[in-house]
Amino acid sequence: MLDTNKLTDHLFRHDSGKMVSVLTKIFGTENLETAEDVVQQTFIDAISIWKLKGIPDNPSAWLFRVAKNKAIDIIRRNKHSLQYDFSDNERKLLTSEYTLATTMETLWKEELVKDDLLRMMFACCHPEISEENQITLILKTLCGFSTAEIAKAFLTSEDTVSKRLYRTKEFFREKKIKLAIPSTEELKSRTDAVLNSIYLLFNEGYNSTNAEQLIREDLIDEAMMLCKLLTENQHTQLPEVFALMALMCFHAARSESRLTSEGEIILLPYQDRSKWNFDLIFSGSEYMNKAAFGNELSTYHIEAAIAFEHCKAESFSKTNWQKILELYELLCRISSSPVTELNKAVAVMEVHGAAEALASLENISDKKKMETFYLYHSLLGEIHSRLHHSVEAKKYFENAARLTQSDAEKKILKEKIIALLN
Amino acid sequence: MKEYLLLFRGGDGKNLRQSPEKWQQHMQRWAAWMGEMTQQGKFVGAQPLSSDGKQITGTKKTVTDGPFIEGKEMVGGYLICKASTIDEATGIANGCPILEFDNGTVEVREIQEMTM
Repeated sequence: MLDTNKLTDHLFRHDSGKMVSVLTKIFGTENLETAEDVVQQTFIDAISIWKLKGIPDNPSAWLFRVAKNKAIDIIRRNKHSLQYDFSDNERKLLTSEYTLATTMETLWKEELVKDDLLRMMFACCHPEISEENQITLILKTLCGFSTAEIAKAFLTSEDTVSKRLYRTKEFFREKKIKLAIPSTEELKSRTDAVLNSIYLLFNEGYNSTNAEQLIREDLIDEAMMLCKLLTENQHTQLPEVFALMALMCFHAARSESRLTSEGEIILLPYQDRSKWNFDLIFSGSEYMNKAAFGNELSTYHIEAAIAFEHCKAESFSKTNWQKILELYELLCRISSSPVTELNKAVAVMEVHGAAEALASLENISDKKKMETFYLYHSLLGEIHSRLHHSVEAKKYFENAARLTQSDAEKKILKEKIIALLN
Repeated sequence: MKEYLLLFRGGDGKNLRQSPEKWQQHMQRWAAWMGEMTQQGKFVGAQPLSSDGKQITGTKKTVTDGPFIEGKEMVGGYLICKASTIDEATGIANGCPILEFDNGTVEVREIQEMTM
């Protein structure tokens, strides 16, 4: 029998965002807490009832129905309460028993739910909410992340995450933000924020090696689902939306070949390229074509182009590192970050050799911050190892192993240290 | 704009409920009717009423149990809407799905302003 807890975890990721979005449409953003409580309570019911009676045929439909009924109860109890405002046209019919059930049914229609999720995504990315609070809220309300998981993704404490969530809800309570797709003038900047958090979510799934396989896949799926929503709505079909979608397709295409069945990391040179998902690579290149309009080149365009170079190469040795280096140089000019700098140094190492790569790392900006990244130490270890500086190489690999929280990464680094001794 | 009270009598909800599908369709027509009123800003409120009740009468405040009158005479629900004239209100009432039943009636009454 399927494990109820595992299934509800999976469904929570998959459905809680939709449920919160519809419930927020019903109760208003000022009552986000009510929406979240209903979802929480629905899942608590699901766990206890499913354990006794077994899992229903269509668990998502079950969850939606229970949430719907809970929402009806709340409306019946609170329709005259000052906390809830049912005065606008969409919500007015919720106050009459003649129309409550029918209206509730209509509000949960599958084809509307997608747009609700999109509107909710934009509400989470309201310009008056700080970027980190936006991302925190998206992960919590739309992607069903726990505070612990968000804390891990941001390398911060659960306490900080809770405070961020509290502040954002407080903002919603005061401003009573309407759920809507932003106007044309605002659309670009607000979509950027949405894309940013979608990519963060994706990376959490793609790069984290702590989480279980099921959770990792959910993260990747969720991120791609959210981005796909943006590609499908005519108002949000911006070039960078398609570019990010392409980028995620190219990455996701390779995700299966990155791990052994035991969950250990396989490095790019050793991956079995026949395991790559060529359907996804094909979808990715279609999205790439759709991304080719407008006159602005986003980081997603360049990152997608880099990922595509890797996908195109028949083998590691046939990788066009020259092209990849050029793309990284372009990327660093548009938007430099520690990770892109490090990736550029990898390309330098493949094109010009380890000595050049070492020199380029010497001049890297914000070295102090860089030293907190395990990837920086891991790359330095690799460079020194290629230069046959075993002592330095060992030192850097050890630093890297100390800094990473991932057991799979630690294992690879240990293997590299052992290889140095031979 | 004046306000009008629409009183619903008759109909056969009990029988209709035997078929969930027919019931749902019927209630969708209520939602469509009231939805149009809402879009025009004319809907104020509406509720169906249970057939149980109490009645208090006179200075002695004698309490008796309902039902008070025969089934089809009993008020089964109400709606308050805005309209400029009694004719407009009657026009609105004309779309009420209770009139899908032969014994269904809608009584249209203007809400009166009380003068001191």
